Amino acid sequence: MDFGFGINRSSTIDLTKTDNGLFRRVCSEEPGARTCMACGSCSATCMASDLSGMSIRKVLLAMQRGQDIRHMLSKCMLCGKCTMVCPRGINTRRLVLTICRLYD
Amino acid sequence: MIDRIASGFNPFVIPFLAGMAFVLGYCLISMIRIVLQLSHADRKKFLISLVTPGVIWRNCRDIFCDCLLHVKLWKRNRLLGYMHSSIALGWFILIVLGHIEVLLFVPGRINLFYYPIFFNFFVAENESTVQGKVLFFLMDFFLLVVLSGIFLAMLKRLRSRLFGMRRTTRHSLTNQVGLYALWAIFPLRLLAESFTAHISGGSFLTVPANWVFRQFLGNDLNMLPTWWAYSIALCVFMVVLPFSRYMHIPAEMMLIPMRNAGIRITSARRGLARLEVLSCPNCGICIDACPMSADRANLKDCTVYLTRQIRRGNEKRIDEISDKCLLCGKCQELCQVGVEGPKLRVAQRASRKYPISPDFSDIDVKGSGISAEKHEVAYYSGCMTRLTPSISRSVESLLRKAGVDYTWIDRDGGLCCGRPMLIAGRTEEAREMAARNMELIISSGAGTLLVSCPICYRMFTEEYTLPGIRVVHYAEFFDELIRQKRLTVEKSDVCYVYHDPCELGRGCGMYDGPRRLLSHAAFLAEADRTRGESVCCGGSLGSISLDFEHRKSITMSSLENLYSSRADAIATACPLCRSTLARYSDRPVRDIAEVIDNQTKES
Repeated sequence: MDFGFGINRSSTIDLTKTDNGLFRRVCSEEPGARTCMACGSCSATCMASDLSGMSIRKVLLAMQRGQDIRHMLSKCMLCGKCTMVCPRGINTRRLVLTICRLYD
Repeated sequence: MIDRIASGFNPFVIPFLAGMAFVLGYCLISMIRIVLQLSHADRKKFLISLVTPGVIWRNCRDIFCDCLLHVKLWKRNRLLGYMHSSIALGWFILIVLGHIEVLLFVPGRINLFYYPIFFNFFVAENESTVQGKVLFFLMDFFLLVVLSGIFLAMLKRLRSRLFGMRRTTRHSLTNQVGLYALWAIFPLRLLAESFTAHISGGSFLTVPANWVFRQFLGNDLNMLPTWWAYSIALCVFMVVLPFSRYMHIPAEMMLIPMRNAGIRITSARRGLARLEVLSCPNCGICIDACPMSADRANLKDCTVYLTRQIRRGNEKRIDEISDKCLLCGKCQELCQVGVEGPKLRVAQRASRKYPISPDFSDIDVKGSGISAEKHEVAYYSGCMTRLTPSISRSVESLLRKAGVDYTWIDRDGGLCCGRPMLIAGRTEEAREMAARNMELIISSGAGTLLVSCPICYRMFTEEYTLPGIRVVHYAEFFDELIRQKRLTVEKSDVCYVYHDPCELGRGCGMYDGPRRLLSHAAFLAEADRTRGESVCCGGSLGSISLDFEHRKSITMSSLENLYSSRADAIATACPLCRSTLARYSDRPVRDIAEVIDNQTKES
């Protein structure tokens, strides 16, 4: 029955139930990922953000929450702009390649 | 000149014959394997080129100039050039002269493989002939030339700076065995020929040596041991050759025809890649050339060690070295043999598989920022220029001042040109991006594609097919506008040093265009190492594994080189170089477009 309105699915994330295995594996190879302070510089410069909502900040967050990142990463062009603007000096290009390699 | 030994044989030739048989067999098999590893089309191309007259001529010329004369080394450093050509050409002439001697004096023995090498042992001088004197003189002369080369080679181990090399390769055990065997061959030959000189005759080197030896070694018993030693040294050298750097001698002779046939590296280890790895002479010129050598931790990551690890099959180190490289191309530029270090690395990266591969096929480029009307010039700024808006602002301002009818096709975002993806080893994805971009560029309807980023420029010129569209870097385009008087530039009194971006200089061979454009607006100074030898800024996207903090030493050494010109400011033609250099530079860093725009009047 359509009441003309609906209820959004809860966006609560139960961290005890999420699988952040990928994030942990990525961090063990790429410790720099843990230093991200979510400043959003990469989001601001990302060439792929228009196409898939991609940004390294969001990818890291989604991995910690155990959400799927395939779609976001599928448009990353490895152009390296995020590496150049990252104030923490994270090697984001290698990070993307590491995530792509470890993804299952 | 007559045969001294009726059978024409002595057991001491056996080590030489065994070594020769081994090395010839080994080289033949590995060469055939390399040809079989080529793709079908490449193999056909290679075999056809071997019977094409023009290519045959080029092959012969290149093999003579590169393998024997070492022309490129002479250009680099005269002492280094003399050392190599004295050994290579001298040895070659000794072998040729040996054959001439056999043909002239004992023509019946020419079918014996070892006769030209050990000629002086097997003959006796009966009457002095003019021919004999001339040939003996030449033999001694070229032996002396080779010995001088060996002496220089020993000196180079101790004082490499005399030869223009700061650092040299640390040799592996097999390389050292080969090296000492090579050093031993010619002094032993001198000894052996000296001991027999009173029988076989000799010239200015061997006759006096024979006289001296006979003063205290009155008998002929020492004759055979030295000939044995000479033969054994040859044998050791030839047995070690396929497993040491000396494999470059036969490999280079095959690499030259293959390069002249226009074959490119397609696989990381097979075919041409394998041949290039074998052709690396481990000379170590790439160690000084590599910009990463500014940091001692990276000393073992240049091309010479990559080829060594590939030969050893050490996968972990191969991956490390391949990922670290900035792909600036300087090792390839300076390599005397033409080992394509960057391409070997990219091929290695391309051999990896990833569970996630980007997909750009569903992107609709038509909707993005393309206006309906057609323009003369389409300006593609690229990712890096978008991070340095001052460059795109200057380019736009100059286009407006010159009254050029243009459109900025990726103003509202767009796709990357694909080169960063390509050099990260993801070839298919890069091709997909290139296909989307080609649609975008062709649909803009412009006849000229103006680029302000050398990375995009190289990608467009090398990998894109854009029929009827002229791809031009602004360095050339604005220079044309100035010469057509569409832009009036006033010369300032600032002195600039121009930093050659790797992709524009070594990558596309554009060295003069940017300098010419810059000289319209400012005075030019040159750095110590410039053009093909310029030092990468360290910001290159080529490196996957170099972290931000590890790039600093590279940027600093690049800046030190630029400071050596004592210029007031630094100019470059690459947005990536500009922002990397500006991070640590103590003087202003500008893009040429900005410099020109500042000095151009509104019309």
